Amino acid sequence: MALLSYSIRRIFMLIPVLLGMSIVVFSIIRAIPGDPALTILGEKASPKAIEDLREVLGLNNPWYIQYFDYLKQIITGDLGVSLHSGASITQEIGPYLAATTELTIVSMLFAVIIGVNAGILSAWKQNSWFDYCAMLIALIGVSMPIFWLGLMEQWFFAQELKWLPSVGRDNSRNPVEAITQFYILDTIMAGQWDQLWEVVKHLILPGVALGTIPMAIIARITRSSMLEVMRADYVRTARAKGLAQFWVVYKHALKNAMIPVLTVIGLQTGLLLGGAVLTETIFGWPGVGRYIFTAIGNRDYPVIQSGILVIATIFVLINLLVDLLYAYIDPRIKYR
Amino acid sequence: MAETHVQTVTWKVKDEEVVSPWREAWRALRKNKLAMVGLAIILFFVAVAVFAPMIAPYPYDEGELVMKNKPPSGEHWFGTDYNGRDVFSRVVYGARISLWVGTFSVIGSVVAGTILGLLAGFYGKWIDTLISRIFDIMLAFPSILLAIAIVAILGPSLQNALLAIAIINIPTFGRLVRSRVLSLKEEEFVMAARAIGMKDSRIIMQHILPNSLAPIIVTGTMGIATAIIEAAALGFLGLGAQPPEPEWGKMLSDSRQYIQKAPWTVIFPGLSIMLTVLGFNLIGDGLRDALDPRMKN
Repeated sequence: MALLSYSIRRIFMLIPVLLGMSIVVFSIIRAIPGDPALTILGEKASPKAIEDLREVLGLNNPWYIQYFDYLKQIITGDLGVSLHSGASITQEIGPYLAATTELTIVSMLFAVIIGVNAGILSAWKQNSWFDYCAMLIALIGVSMPIFWLGLMEQWFFAQELKWLPSVGRDNSRNPVEAITQFYILDTIMAGQWDQLWEVVKHLILPGVALGTIPMAIIARITRSSMLEVMRADYVRTARAKGLAQFWVVYKHALKNAMIPVLTVIGLQTGLLLGGAVLTETIFGWPGVGRYIFTAIGNRDYPVIQSGILVIATIFVLINLLVDLLYAYIDPRIKYR
Repeated sequence: MAETHVQTVTWKVKDEEVVSPWREAWRALRKNKLAMVGLAIILFFVAVAVFAPMIAPYPYDEGELVMKNKPPSGEHWFGTDYNGRDVFSRVVYGARISLWVGTFSVIGSVVAGTILGLLAGFYGKWIDTLISRIFDIMLAFPSILLAIAIVAILGPSLQNALLAIAIINIPTFGRLVRSRVLSLKEEEFVMAARAIGMKDSRIIMQHILPNSLAPIIVTGTMGIATAIIEAAALGFLGLGAQPPEPEWGKMLSDSRQYIQKAPWTVIFPGLSIMLTVLGFNLIGDGLRDALDPRMKN
């Protein structure tokens, strides 16, 4: 019962945050110093074109009317019109969003599987050479600029060794027929196994680049959390009754050690969505990050606004999910 | 700087020296090998930045096109880039930009965050609600996206990138200070100060701030690492430093199309970012262990 009322309260707490986010995103175009329309079109634009753009963007109304119009628009799922392509952003963003989601999930899987297991092993064999190596790699991983890692990967594995493709989502000579836009699903549903292999190969380099920082952070948190739990009485009891070390670690200790890890995973997923802007730019990945990046070059402010709004909304929802999971897993937490 | 601080807080009680917590922390830090490696890395880059004109053999913004994309050699230690400019000299000057942006953006975030955190924590009520909600909203954006949004408004330049990075990191420090203030407010020495009629401003300056310093220093050091990466990321996206400024992130994006022909133009700037960031992370880890034993593991 407490959990249910906590969940409802937690969901209601989202409303002011979402409203605040809409204000921030709304301000992006209005806060441009001078005339936004002039900034977008450049100095050479005719007064007529500038006036038309002001009309399109609704800049001629008082700001509060502009804001309520904007709010009404986004609540009904209308993300505006791209100045560059003239298409509806709501429709345009779909495939980009799917591409980003697919990349994010793959990176997170990579980060969690490697990070959690490396952290567990490090804690289990504390002060061993494995522990030192893993923690050194994790330390370097935390300090790694992902765009540099991406460039190095691209250079070494794609251009020098030619093992993996360096840009895009699929082989352009044998493109995937998009149904769900999630290419792994699409190729499996179509039974195109050679294409599936191509899609997986395209995912490896950007997935690793994007997943490295979360992997390093997850490994460090898992290790310190495991070390704490391993000292607990119930773990000693499990050991004392002769349970094999493997089960003590993976069954008893891991369950409790995972609580802080889960929070970090939630936070990191949000950072991944931000990091996607860089990774997607490097690997020519047709996702929301690159969509925003291209829009910056084109001064396509409606796309910049909506892209940022969509990613931030996903981030907020992921954190909601993590908080609820957290409360569910750990009954000790206070439902404030 | 650290020395003078230690001096002021070392005091004597009945002729017996009491070791100040700062000196104790420094002793613990000195024993931490990784932290000392971090400190050495940082001092090295600071020296490079300060003495850049003496270290760099060539100007950072001039090159001969006949010399473009030449591999590392005796004349050009890190090779030359697509404009024939000396990569070593550019990397050396780049240290100035990265350290400057990293340090000053964090100072900005710390000052603004501390003021807002103090207001929220000390006065509570609607001020707290307002400030905390603003922090919540800012933290609802992945930080690099918020920085992109700010630069999209202000226009791309190094100054604006610095400002954007300072703004996006305010909530981190604001929340930290707020939570410190909330717990310190309940401490007996603060209540006692209040009971004897000490003014709010004096309570803040004498009790709250000095007792919040340790976590601010730890988070601030790590914050410099993050800020340097963020500045390089903005530079890489073309939203930070503009040519010919030798900013490390910008160097990466400018040279990336020549990566196969001249990998050194991409390797060295990236390596410099990583090393500097590693230095701040190492010293940050060490400071955390030394200043806050509870967080140690």
